[in-house]
Amino acid sequence: MINPLAIIGRVFLNFCAAIGRVAIFTFHSVRHVFAPPFYFRLTGKQMMTIGYFSLPVVGLTALFTGMVLALQIYLGSSRFNAENAVAWIVVLGITRELGPVLGGLMVAGRVASAMAAEIGTMRVTEQIDALTTLSTNPFKYLVVPRMIAGVITLPILILVADIIGVMGGYLVSIHKLGFNAGTYLKNTVDFLETLDVVSGLAKAAVFGFIIALMGCYHGFNSKGGAQGVGRATTDAVVSSSILILVANYFVTEIFFAGR
Amino acid sequence: MQPKIALKNVSKRFGRKVVLDGVNLEVPAGKSLVVIGGSGSGKSVMLKCILGLIRPEQGQILIDGQDSLKFNSAEREKSLRKFGMLFQGSALFDSLTVWENVAFGLIQGRRMDRKEAKRIALEKLAQVGLGPEVGELSPAELSGGMQKRVALARAIAAEPEIIFFDEPTTGLDPIMADVINDLILSCVRKLGATALSITHDMASARKIADYVAMIYKGKIIWHGPVEQIDNSGNEYVDQFIHGRAEGPIKMEVLKP
Repeated sequence: MINPLAIIGRVFLNFCAAIGRVAIFTFHSVRHVFAPPFYFRLTGKQMMTIGYFSLPVVGLTALFTGMVLALQIYLGSSRFNAENAVAWIVVLGITRELGPVLGGLMVAGRVASAMAAEIGTMRVTEQIDALTTLSTNPFKYLVVPRMIAGVITLPILILVADIIGVMGGYLVSIHKLGFNAGTYLKNTVDFLETLDVVSGLAKAAVFGFIIALMGCYHGFNSKGGAQGVGRATTDAVVSSSILILVANYFVTEIFFAGR
Repeated sequence: MQPKIALKNVSKRFGRKVVLDGVNLEVPAGKSLVVIGGSGSGKSVMLKCILGLIRPEQGQILIDGQDSLKFNSAEREKSLRKFGMLFQGSALFDSLTVWENVAFGLIQGRRMDRKEAKRIALEKLAQVGLGPEVGELSPAELSGGMQKRVALARAIAAEPEIIFFDEPTTGLDPIMADVINDLILSCVRKLGATALSITHDMASARKIADYVAMIYKGKIIWHGPVEQIDNSGNEYVDQFIHGRAEGPIKMEVLKP
């Protein structure tokens, strides 16, 4: 007979073990960030992969989000004659929330999966073992460059996405909703505070860390051939997406408490 | 004389499955030992334990008389510089060109200048019969035999004291397998290295071994000079080297 308590207990223990494994992996990864040798070339290459090559997808996401946001806020605010709020709600919504979160999720889908697939394939084809036998620490060579690139690149990427998103809202507001361009821009700039942008970029840095960590962790621990690599890829995207949403709340709360 | 590598009572299990069950083995310096045994008998795990890629639960692994299980990470890294390894699937880095693969240990592990490392890589590629034009290709553009040769060049590039060969001829046609065996022999002799190989391929074992050991169910059940393998007096060894289905080794195959 199946004991439901035993099943719950097993699931809980597996969950705790998984958290422990991720924590140990994170500790090792962060520890190696500060110890030589440093692979600047690889870090630069990863920055290109994470940042530059993600720009089209993140830019399009931000553009259409800004455009839709302007339409939705106009519809809502016109019910109580507050149409002027469109400019500053768009800029706050994009910089504080939608830019980093949607950008982070898009990068998670594109980059965490690619990292997990690449490192996972290296694991199952013994390339990671080969690195060790060639006196190269796999953490330093594979994980650290991706982590540094994630933390540095995501804020830059999201800053660009913020600008594109606000521009999307501006275009719809001017050309479709009939706002005055000068007034719209003045409202946007007047209501935007430095902290709004900084909090969004801080979130982006945290999301960059999460994406690189999950991509590397699941790739590193993949096993069982092509099926294992496929599972690692899926797990990397799912776990990084969930962690981004969870971390988003906590980072928001930190900035909220600081006001 | 102190053996180059010695395993004393090494045991390793994965869950309930005992993979190595008190393995005792010595590899004399400058000699070639080939470990034979069926699939799942623990050969690859044994190699990975010696390299420190897997940690055994029990026993001692002595490299030049020093217990490698007690090494800290710096000592382990230093000890790994003595090793070169040819992996079963070659394990070439597909994001790098062939010459970068061969020079990898020199550039990343020993911080050698890229130009000098490339010169050595091309020299090692020539040693395994590959021209400089191959150096600029990516591993995916090579045949299985060529990939093995590149992997061999990578294994010998840093002129290691100890070289491991994991199933060096698996998946190759008999002629290419013999070419690889000849290359292994010439490279090991030229370096004066100690070689430890694992294989199923008896032709390969006979060609490259000074000594042969047989592993079965995680234990070394026979060990002796290659010339004695046909007169080992061990029925397990006899069955294995003649490739007979009938004998004391029972394959776990469900009969219809």
